[in-house]
Amino acid sequence: MALTQETTLARLQDHFADAILSHDAPYGFLTIEIPADRNLDVIGFLKNEADLAFGYMTDLCAVHMPNQPGREIAVVYHMHSLTNNVRLRLKCWIPEANPEIASATPLFAAANWMERETYDFFGVRFQGHPNLKRILNVDEMEMFPLLKQYPLEDSSREDKDDRFFGR
Amino acid sequence: MVEAPAGVEGQGFFATSLDTVIGLARANSIWPLPFATSCCGIEFMATMGSNYDLSRFGSERLSFSPRQADLLMVMGTIAKKMAPVLKHVYEQMAEPRWVISVGACASSGGIFDTYSVLQGIDRIIPVDVYVPGCPPRPEQIIDGVMKIQELVKSESLRRRNQPEYKALLASYGIE
Repeated sequence: MALTQETTLARLQDHFADAILSHDAPYGFLTIEIPADRNLDVIGFLKNEADLAFGYMTDLCAVHMPNQPGREIAVVYHMHSLTNNVRLRLKCWIPEANPEIASATPLFAAANWMERETYDFFGVRFQGHPNLKRILNVDEMEMFPLLKQYPLEDSSREDKDDRFFGR
Repeated sequence: MVEAPAGVEGQGFFATSLDTVIGLARANSIWPLPFATSCCGIEFMATMGSNYDLSRFGSERLSFSPRQADLLMVMGTIAKKMAPVLKHVYEQMAEPRWVISVGACASSGGIFDTYSVLQGIDRIIPVDVYVPGCPPRPEQIIDGVMKIQELVKSESLRRRNQPEYKALLASYGIE
C-alpha cells in the first residue's frame, strides 16, 4: 500500500502516542506539533523506518509569535519522503527566554547551514551544532533581526524625515 | 573629435599648459571598473552595448582588476556584508581614482531601508558623482560619466597631495 499523509500520521501516532501534541493539514499539507525535546526521536524515526523513508530535509526555519507566552518561537522542519512522494511539516514550540533545541545535524548534514540561518535570524541555539555562528548577516550584528521586537528599518537612514511624508 | 583646450596657436605650434593636456588625455581614456550587483548593472550592459556605446567617450576598455582601473562604477544594492569588499576594491585602485554611484540603492540604499543593506556607499568610500534613478537609463549613466570627465579635466594633476583630499580619505579611514 502506498504511503500517504494519513498512514504516516497513523504510524507516528502508534509509535509516539505521547509526542503527537496536535495535527492539522492547512492547504493539504500535514502539520504535526511535537514537544521540542522529542524532535530528534521523531525525525530519526521518520528517516530510518524503511516504509516511511523521509530521507530529505527540505527546509528548517523558525517562526516568531510574540503573543503566546512560554511558546513564542516555533522551529519548523519540512520533511520529504522521495520514494513515497509524501511531505510533512513538524513544529516544535520553544520559549523565547530560553530558545534551545537539539541540533538535527547528526541526522541530516543539510541541517547544518539551515540551523545557522535560523540562529542568525531568530537566535535559536541548536544544542550539539558543530559550528553555530551567523551565516548571512554581518558578524558584528547585535540582534536577531526576524524577532519582532527588532525594527526592520535601518536606524542610520537620514533621508526618511516624517515631515516629507506627511506623517 | 575632442576639442583642443584653450591655448596660444600660431603657424606650426600650439602652446597650452601641461595640466590641461594631461587632463584631456585622462578624461578621454577612463578605464571603468564595473561593480555591478543588481539591475543597475543590467542598464550598464546596455550602456556598453552598441546602441548607447560608452566607448565613444573613451571608456572603451573595462577593467576587471581594480589595480588598472580609474573609475569605480558602483551599480546596485550593496549589502552590509558586501561593504568591506567594496572598500577593499576601492583601496586597491591606484591614484588618480574616481567613483560614480549609479542608482538609488548605491546612492542612498533606495527602497531597501532594512537592517541588512548599506544606506549609501558614501558611508564607506568617497563618491564623486551620483546618478539618480531606479534604475537610471543608459543616457543618465553616460551623463554621469561625462560629469566625471569634466571633473577629470579640471582637476589638479596631483589631487592626491592636496590637504583636502587627504583629509577626505582620512575621514573614511583610508590610508
